[in-house]
Amino acid sequence: MKNFSIAKRQIEDISVLDISGELDAHTASQLENSLKTLIDEQSYRIVVNCSRLEYIASAGLGVFMAYIEDVRSLGGDIKLTNMTDRVYNVFDLLGFPTLYDILDDEKEAVNGF
Amino acid sequence: MATTDNIHTLSVDASTEYLSEVRDFVATHARKVGLSDKDISEIRLAVDEAYTNIIKHAYKNSPSRPVRIELGFTNSQLWISIMDEGEGFKPEDYKAPNISKRIKNKQRGGMGVFLIQKLMDQVQYNQKGPYNEIRMVKNL
Repeated sequence: MKNFSIAKRQIEDISVLDISGELDAHTASQLENSLKTLIDEQSYRIVVNCSRLEYIASAGLGVFMAYIEDVRSLGGDIKLTNMTDRVYNVFDLLGFPTLYDILDDEKEAVNGF
Repeated sequence: MATTDNIHTLSVDASTEYLSEVRDFVATHARKVGLSDKDISEIRLAVDEAYTNIIKHAYKNSPSRPVRIELGFTNSQLWISIMDEGEGFKPEDYKAPNISKRIKNKQRGGMGVFLIQKLMDQVQYNQKGPYNEIRMVKNL
């Protein structure tokens, strides 16, 4: 049993991924597949809502690192929202807040496109 | 799981499918000595990163290779030792990642060692016969 899941929603032309559970080297491929699918479908405006993400390891951050350049060069972005303090702390330790749009609330991200 | 003189041991194969079991093992024992939730989450992450590095780098993703995790306490410290028989890590060759440059080059990885150093109070890499050991300490 994988302790990680992803659900996709659409808000107009923005794709929202709700990610839940624990994102590690075992579960990162699920997020990778979801992002790849969105890019293949030419959905480049992406919000990842992390409100139910309980844990992230660097393998999870690596997925965001691998795709952000492509998405931005195609006129979109991957915005991350609603992180718990514990999850945010991992992004912060690695200096991600200066490189990614990390927002408190999903609405801010949606309005930011 | 064996317990001898307050040392707890978990032996697993090198596979990401055991990551959550490994994290839960260290968290359960760290909780017993009254570490804070913050310290416990830092230990979970450091151990996850060390075990993931063994799977990916020491054993190059070949499954069914052994990893042994030991955890113990002194009056002032919790220590965790993770051992493998794969290719050893050379800390002297390691450079902290430039995340911005890596994103530009669509690279990933290289962050685990950096995180472990940030999260734990002491980190040592030892060679013990055929075994590589990473020994991590959190002060109580």
